Amino acid sequence: MSKIKKKLVIKNKQGLHARPASLFVQIANKYVSNIKVKKGKQKVSGKSIMGILTLEANKGSEIIIEIEGEDAHEALEDLKKFVSKSKC
Amino acid sequence: MKKKESVRKNVKLKGIPAASGIVIGKVFLLDSEEVNIPKKRVSEKDLSSEVARFERALLHTREEILNIQKNIRNELGNGHAEIFNAHLLFLEDRSLIEEVISGLKKEKLTVEYIFYGVLKKYIRAFSKMQDTYLKERISDINDVGKRILRHLFGRKPRGIHTIPEKRIIVAYDLSPSDTASLNKNNVLAFVTDIGSVTSHTAIMAKSLEIPAVVGLEVVTRIIKDDDMIIVDGIKGEIIVRPDQKTLRKYETYRSKFEEAGKNLGKLKDLPAQTKDGHKIILSANIEFPDEIQSVLSHGADGIGLYRTEYFYMNREGLPSEEEHYSAYKNVALQMVPNSVIIRTLDLGGDKYLSQLQIPHEMNPFMGWRAIRFCLARPDIFKVQLRAILRASVHGNLKVMYPMISGIKELRQANDILEEVKQDLKKEDIPFNEDIEVGAMIEVPSAALTAETLAKEVDFFSIGTNDLIQYTLAIDRVNEKIAYLYEPTHPGILKLIKSVIDAGHKNNIWVGMCGEMAGEPLLAVILLGLGLDEFSTSPINIPEVKNAMRSVTFQQSKKITDKVLQMETGEDIAGFLDKEFKDVIKKFQG
Repeated sequence: MSKIKKKLVIKNKQGLHARPASLFVQIANKYVSNIKVKKGKQKVSGKSIMGILTLEANKGSEIIIEIEGEDAHEALEDLKKFVSKSKC
Repeated sequence: MKKKESVRKNVKLKGIPAASGIVIGKVFLLDSEEVNIPKKRVSEKDLSSEVARFERALLHTREEILNIQKNIRNELGNGHAEIFNAHLLFLEDRSLIEEVISGLKKEKLTVEYIFYGVLKKYIRAFSKMQDTYLKERISDINDVGKRILRHLFGRKPRGIHTIPEKRIIVAYDLSPSDTASLNKNNVLAFVTDIGSVTSHTAIMAKSLEIPAVVGLEVVTRIIKDDDMIIVDGIKGEIIVRPDQKTLRKYETYRSKFEEAGKNLGKLKDLPAQTKDGHKIILSANIEFPDEIQSVLSHGADGIGLYRTEYFYMNREGLPSEEEHYSAYKNVALQMVPNSVIIRTLDLGGDKYLSQLQIPHEMNPFMGWRAIRFCLARPDIFKVQLRAILRASVHGNLKVMYPMISGIKELRQANDILEEVKQDLKKEDIPFNEDIEVGAMIEVPSAALTAETLAKEVDFFSIGTNDLIQYTLAIDRVNEKIAYLYEPTHPGILKLIKSVIDAGHKNNIWVGMCGEMAGEPLLAVILLGLGLDEFSTSPINIPEVKNAMRSVTFQQSKKITDKVLQMETGEDIAGFLDKEFKDVIKKFQG
C-alpha cells in the first residue's frame, strides 16, 4: 500500500481550532486509512480531536498530512479541500 | 502537622462577594473524591474484560452527557448546551481510546490506571498551550475524564442532585453541568476557589437568591466535607469551623440582615428619591439578558450598564450582527419604557478575547483594550453599533463608549457611529436617530477634560472601578496593595465632583456605574455631589434606595461639604460610618 504525503498551509481564519478541528477530525474519520498530521516536530493522529488541537495550527501555519491505506487518495483530496477553504 | 491544620477553628478566608446574604451550615464538597488510583496488575486472560469495562464506561458517560445536555437545553437554552458538544468529541476521541487500549495490553494494569495516565498526558499538553481558548478546554477534558473514571469505578455520579439535606456547596468551580442537575431546594450557598462576580456561579446564586463567595483560591483544600461554615456573601468572607462565640455573633447578624431584607423588599415599588423629593435614577448593571428578572424584582429604574463582553468570550468566531441584535432587542423590549445603556465592547484588561490572539501585555489595564481596540478594528466595532442602532426602535436604548481618554477618541468613535447611521439610512433600515450617546469617564485624563467631552455627548457615566485604580495608581488585582484602593480618597471625591460639575455646566446628566454607586454610605456623598443616576448590581438596589429615602437632599449636601474638607480617606470613611448608622436606624423605625 502506498503512503502519500502532502504539505498544506492553513487558510482558515481561526486556524485548526475547536470547530474547524472537529470538522477536520470528522472528515478524517470517514476513511479507513491511517492519517497522521505533522506540524514542526509534533505528529498526531488526524482522527483525534485532542491531537489536532494540541498542534495549535493557526492561520498560515504549515502542516504535513501523511496518509497510508486503501482510500488514501480520496482522504487526501477531501482534507486538502477542507484545509484550503478560508471559511467553514 | 496535617491533622492539626484540619481542626483549626475560626479560619477566616477572604474572597469575592458574588451574591449577598448570610448562611450558616454544613459543607457539601463537590469533587472531593481524591484521584487515588491503585496500580494493580491484570492477568492476560482478564485483558478483554478490562477493554469491555472501558467501553461500557464510555457508553454510560455518553448517555449521561446527552442527558445533561438535554436538561440544560430545556432550562437555559441552546447556547449553554453547546459546551457539551466539545465534551462528546473528547469522549469519542479515537487516539485517546486507542492509546488506552494499547497501553492496557502493553502494561497489563487496570484500565483506570492506564486511562488516568493518558488523561494526564493530554492535560499537560493543553496546559502548555499559548492560546487561551484552547487552555480553557482543560476544564472540559477534566470534566469528561472524571465522569469516565466515576463510571469505571462504578461510583454514583456525585452530582449536586445527590445532596441529602440542606448544604453549602463548596467546589473548585461550578459549571453549568453541575448546577443543571442541582436540587435547588437543598442548596444554601455557593463557595468556590475561582470565579468572579460575572462567573456562572455568581449568576446562578443571584437567580436562586442564595449567597455566594467566589475566588477563595484554596477553599477546597482547607474545607472538609461536613465541616460547619459561615458564608458571608456581603463581605465576601467565609469562616470555617466557627467557635460558639463567632456562631452567636453571626446568628444575630443574619437575623438582622433578613429583617432588613424584608423591609427593603417593601421598597421595590417606591420611587428613588430623597425625603425632600429630589429624584434620582437608580439603575442596574447587567451582563446577561436573563438578569432582567432580577433587575425588575429589585425595583430598578432601568439598566445603567449592559456589559457586552460575553458575546465575544469563550467561543470560536466573532458574534454576528444578528446575535447582538436579538439580545439588544430582547432587553430593550423587556425594559421599555425604561432606558438601557449598552456599553460597547470593553475587552482587554482582565478580559481577553480568545480568538483574536491579542498578544499578552505586561500591563493589560493600560493596554490595547476597550475603545482603543474598537477604533483600531472598526470592522468589529461597526457590527455592534449597527445592531444597537437597529434594536433602538424597540425601546429606549443608549450607547456608551468605555475608556475614552480624550476628545480625539470620542470624535473618532462618534464618526464611526455616524458612518453606521448613514449606511443604515442608505439601506432604509429604521433606527432611533436621536439615540443618546455617552462616554464612560474612567481615565483620569477624561475626568480632567470632562468640560470638553461634555459638549459632544449626551451623558457621562463614571466608571469608578478603573477611575480609582488609574488615579491612585493601584492595580486592583494585586492583593498586596489592595489596602490603598480607597473610594473615599479625597483625590477621588474631588475628581468625581469636577466631572459632575462639568456635566451639569453643559446641561448633560451624569451617572455612575462603578461599585461605588452601590455602597449606601458612599451613595449619600454622591447624591450630595449632585449625581443624577446610580447604577449598580441589582442586589444593591434596595439598600441604595433606602439610603436615598432616608436623607434630604440638603442633608446630603451638608455631609458632602464636610467630607470634602477632610484630609484622609480614613477620616471620611469613619465619619460616614458614624453618620450612616443613624440614617439606617431612622429608616427601620
